[in-house]
Amino acid sequence: MSNLVYLVPLFPLIGFLINGLARNSLSKGLTGIIGSGVILASFVVSILLFLQVKDGNTVSVVLFDFIKSGKLDIPFSFQVDQLSSIFLLIITGVGFLIHLYSTAYMKEESNAHFARYFAYLNLFVFSMLLLVMGGNFLIMFIGWEGVGLCSYLLIGYWFKNNDYSSAAKKAFVMNRIGDFGFLLAMFWMVQQFGSLTFGDVFSGAEKMEANNTVLTGITLLLFLGAAGKSAQIPLYTWLPDAMAGPTPVSALIHAATMVTAGIYMIARSNIMYTLAPFTQGVVAVIGLATAILAATIALKQNDIKKVLAYSTVSQLGYMFLGLGVGAYTGAVFHVMTHAFFKALLFLGAGSVIHAMHHEQDIRSMGGLKKHLPTTHWTFLVGCIAIAGIPPLSGFFSKDEILAAAFSKHVVYWVIGVLGAVMTAYYMFRLYATTFLGKFRGTHEQEHHLHESPAAMTLPLIILAILSAVAGFVGIPEVLGGSHKLQEFLAPIFAASSKLQHPHAISHATEYMLMGASVGAAVLAIIFAISRFSKRPDMQDATGFGKVLQNKWYVDELYDAVIVKPLGRLSDLLNNIIEKLGIDGAVNGIGKLVNYGGRQLRLLQSGQVGIYLLMMVIAAFVLFIIQLFVK
Amino acid sequence: MTIQHYIFLAVALFSIGVIGVLTRRNIIIIFMCIELMLNAVNLLLVAFSKMHHLAAIAADATSKAGSEGQIFVFFIMVVAAAEVSVGLAIIVMMYRNTHSVDANFLNRLKH
Repeated sequence: MSNLVYLVPLFPLIGFLINGLARNSLSKGLTGIIGSGVILASFVVSILLFLQVKDGNTVSVVLFDFIKSGKLDIPFSFQVDQLSSIFLLIITGVGFLIHLYSTAYMKEESNAHFARYFAYLNLFVFSMLLLVMGGNFLIMFIGWEGVGLCSYLLIGYWFKNNDYSSAAKKAFVMNRIGDFGFLLAMFWMVQQFGSLTFGDVFSGAEKMEANNTVLTGITLLLFLGAAGKSAQIPLYTWLPDAMAGPTPVSALIHAATMVTAGIYMIARSNIMYTLAPFTQGVVAVIGLATAILAATIALKQNDIKKVLAYSTVSQLGYMFLGLGVGAYTGAVFHVMTHAFFKALLFLGAGSVIHAMHHEQDIRSMGGLKKHLPTTHWTFLVGCIAIAGIPPLSGFFSKDEILAAAFSKHVVYWVIGVLGAVMTAYYMFRLYATTFLGKFRGTHEQEHHLHESPAAMTLPLIILAILSAVAGFVGIPEVLGGSHKLQEFLAPIFAASSKLQHPHAISHATEYMLMGASVGAAVLAIIFAISRFSKRPDMQDATGFGKVLQNKWYVDELYDAVIVKPLGRLSDLLNNIIEKLGIDGAVNGIGKLVNYGGRQLRLLQSGQVGIYLLMMVIAAFVLFIIQLFVK
Repeated sequence: MTIQHYIFLAVALFSIGVIGVLTRRNIIIIFMCIELMLNAVNLLLVAFSKMHHLAAIAADATSKAGSEGQIFVFFIMVVAAAEVSVGLAIIVMMYRNTHSVDANFLNRLKH
């Protein structure tokens, strides 16, 4: 069975090559079939692998020796265990649905551009699969860089628009800043443990005592990488701008898969984080801060995709909070449920945008519930799920994280619940403004409103069902369940569980916590619906609301503190050092050679007498020299 | 008369010859200076030959050391003679074509 492992990334790679190279000659139907079919094939193989690792096995395959230099040996190896298996299913499963959706959504593009889109999408899935299947940090890093590249390619898909290209560049540059941290961490690991293979690094880490500087340093650097990839403070501003790409791209990359790479990396390295409590604290605080900051910004956004983007940043913050308080299973659980409901929400938004002919401002929408019925109820399911209302999936995963936060520190829980309340509020603000009330657009737009074709609504329905029932794999024991997901992932987190001693919370307390957060969320929902279904926020906000609408002016801050000074430094280097210094030196040498040549030419006067004189002088000089040289 | 006197004389003659070749404009004078240089060298060779001979005699009365210098002088004289004949032939041809013996007239290498 282990030879099936390499099939999983191979199929998308083949899809990329075919769609990419033959893009000028393939029809849209064929492109769609190849592009989606390869992901479906990978999904099938992922299921087979899942069945294999279910009983606690790990499938490890070494493809070839990649780097072998002295004592350093980094093979190109895959390691499929329970953690990778979950991610594989999410990536290929949700990925397939999004590919299917894209065949209808991107219909207006020309054949070559359509094929280019699918080629990039397949390349993205290939890189993401490398990331989660890699058996050592280097293969993970190859996938890491690959998804960053594909994110750039896909955000800037409509490259003729300068703003979109800038957004793509911004995403890539911020990713790279994180990658710098990841690289440094890898170098440190090689220096400390002599290897990058997971087994070697983690067993080496376990031998070290807790709280030492090496582990703290490595984990902080890895977290820097994760912050860049998964949009945490201070590297989150690329994600809202990344909404410039097509909506299915936002669904796949910026909701379900790429941004979860950071969480995967930290979950994989959980033993190192458990042994470095300082870093865990940092992760938790930054995750919580990001969750709250993004939630506050989402309260006042008017672009349907921007609200969802900030919601993604906020939910990622929750996942990091989970990792930071030691709830590794909870964080991975939230990754899974978030992939379902966020992809659903984005695809639903895409359906709305499609119907509204690329209008994205929710102030021009309203009353879409009767024109887009399927989109409407699937979107509603997604909103209920993200708000954390039982029995939908969001409740179980979010609650697990919040309970773990409570056992670490009450303040974490309080702020977490505040964020959850805001999540419920802004999501239902979005829902009510878009689907309830009266239509506020032009008559033109109203005439063209129609439900989306089956290729778009079928993924919505499937994701809605998943968002509703996926929670049942993780029913906590306080509610009578056996938390199947925790059992499944136990081997991955076994070493950490032994070292962690969380405060046990009594059942009564847990019921109270659940009740409090659900009750607050329900109140927020009722308030949001009643407020926004009648009178949406039409004017631009004033006062504090203006700060929120302008994203706390963080982009402007970065611009003033980082971008402009860098620009000035660049100008300085260009005008002074480059033009005067280096060009001056190089051109100067040329001028010197020219001058020297002109002067030397004068020696060749054609007068024999001069030549004789030079012979005599030369003989004389040689004579003098040989007197001094032995 | 120590060897230094002969050396000074030979060097002086050689230098005068060199300066003459470089500075004079009349080709015949240049040839004379070339001969002067060759003869200065001859003088030096004979002087050294005598020096070595005298030093060798002091040790062994029937030694024939120092003859190489004198033989070499003959070679130089032969070469000088051959060279003069060829050179004068060239000068005669030059005179026939340009009716002058001015060295500067022949700065044709530049073109």
